[in-house]
Amino acid sequence: MRLPRPVHNYFARHAQVALNSLGRLYRAPLASLMTVAVIGIALALPAGLYLLTGNLQKLGARWDGGANLSLFLQHSVDLDQARALRQRLAGWPEIDTVHLITPEQALAEFREASGFGQTLDLLDENPLPAVLAIRPDAAHASAHAAAALTERLRALPEVELAQLDLQWVKRFNAIVDMVRRGIWVLAALLGLAVLLIVGNTIRLEIQNRREEIEITKLIGATSGFIRRPFLYTGFWYGLFGALGGALVVQLAFLQLLEPVQRLVGLYQSSFSLDMLSAGEFLALLTGGASLGLLGAWIAVGRHLSAVEPQ
Amino acid sequence: MIRFDNVSKRYPGGKDALQAVNLHMEAGSMAFLTGHSGAGKSTLLKLIALLERTTRGQLFLDGENLSRAPKRRVPMVRRKIGMIFQNHRLLFDRTVFDNVALPLVIAGYRHQDIGRRVRAALDKVGLLGQERAFPITLSGGEQQRVGIARAVVNKPRLLLADEPTGNLDPDLSRDIMHLFEQFNQVGVTVLIASHDLDLISRMPYPRLRLEQGRLLNGDGAAAQ
Ligand SMILES: Nc1ncnc2c1ncn2[C@@H]1O[C@H](COP(=O)(O)OP(=O)(O)OP(=O)(O)O)[C@@H](O)[C@H]1O
Ligand SMILES: [Mg+2]
Repeated sequence: MRLPRPVHNYFARHAQVALNSLGRLYRAPLASLMTVAVIGIALALPAGLYLLTGNLQKLGARWDGGANLSLFLQHSVDLDQARALRQRLAGWPEIDTVHLITPEQALAEFREASGFGQTLDLLDENPLPAVLAIRPDAAHASAHAAAALTERLRALPEVELAQLDLQWVKRFNAIVDMVRRGIWVLAALLGLAVLLIVGNTIRLEIQNRREEIEITKLIGATSGFIRRPFLYTGFWYGLFGALGGALVVQLAFLQLLEPVQRLVGLYQSSFSLDMLSAGEFLALLTGGASLGLLGAWIAVGRHLSAVEPQ
Repeated sequence: MIRFDNVSKRYPGGKDALQAVNLHMEAGSMAFLTGHSGAGKSTLLKLIALLERTTRGQLFLDGENLSRAPKRRVPMVRRKIGMIFQNHRLLFDRTVFDNVALPLVIAGYRHQDIGRRVRAALDKVGLLGQERAFPITLSGGEQQRVGIARAVVNKPRLLLADEPTGNLDPDLSRDIMHLFEQFNQVGVTVLIASHDLDLISRMPYPRLRLEQGRLLNGDGAAAQ
């Protein structure tokens, strides 16, 4: 498609200014890199925390859905009695599934996971009780219903200890939620910092190019014309800062990937660590570029009008 | 082309740089503006280019009342004027070509047109071979000619020059003045502020004499 000439001309001129601003950054690589790095770090911090807490939320939700109850049975309860109890409980309407972990299974699992194998061999008898792992029915998985169920199960004579895992999951989720809300405050503060960084950089740039601004004003440049290169400079700073920030976050999470996989393997869970999604990546770039543009806009508004030719 | 009706300019400090100046320049005329240092020559030129605003009276350029022109008109008014400064006011980090091209870039000319017009302007001032040079590598006279090329590149109908030969030796000064004559001969209105009485007394153009902010013979310029 061919654009009509004035429109084409408009875009061509903008592209030209954008490239010129980019070239200017490239010709002062050290100073540009410093500014970009500072912006990148300022953006990486909230972005990384956002991603981290997002992963924690995912983890929390997974546990929450399966509000687990563990019934540790009395030592006196033998395996047949335990199986009978399992059968009985499976019939309760509040209970979805009941899984029996025999003392032998529990020991084997512990031996596997803990690496205390040799020490455990010294024990004469298996100290671990049989455990019934209970998953409440979906309708009874709420904190309140699950607590009531726990009370009832605790009253059973075979049960030594009934433990509801919900409590700490709830707490965990509440903490994650709180941290996540705190991130927005942090993001706002660091966003402000980015505005100030870009604003200050642009202010210095305006000072350095004072003569040039005066001369162009002298020969009839509109304020829009004079403003444009500075706005593009701010835009590039923000965009590259965000790219740098995304890179830092991605690298940090790549470092986390393996330890998390190992940890998760220990819990036989299929949890996988989320990295920045394409949408989040784009949002970060857009946010960075907008902050850069806004910072430049503010600086230009405050400092450019002060430069008048003599 | 230019008309001053009782124009006064008082600077913020309270200094009356111009007082009740009346002046009329026909389109296509050429004149010199003389007067001792501090008489108000630069101030008068600055008022026309809207580098300063009139305090009292009315100033017309091409029929437009500049005393009333809003801020956003300023760039458009300046584009109608080619201005030349004693200290050239070139951009030293850009080539001669880029310096001369600046008014065209500002006005949004297309790439092809810019190249053609810049070369034509450089040709007129005799610097066609210096396109790629940086101003710092040029002599004072050459720098001044770059300034003139920049002033005329978008074919303004009015040229204002403030001490254009101030730093140049007599031969170079004569060359520069000759350039201005050539532009005047093709219809450009030219107003030059100058100290150089020796030089301008040998040229057949009216002289506007300022003395302590008062113009002694403003209407004399009309008849050329
Ligand atoms: N920005 C300013 N603020 C205050 N006073 C000024 C300003 N510019 C000029 N003046 C005063 O106005 C008077 C006229 O100045 P102007 O520069 O017009 O003189 P001039 O004729 O160009 O002198 P010269 O030949 O030295 O360049 C001078 O007394 C000067 O001190
Ligand atoms: Mg002067």
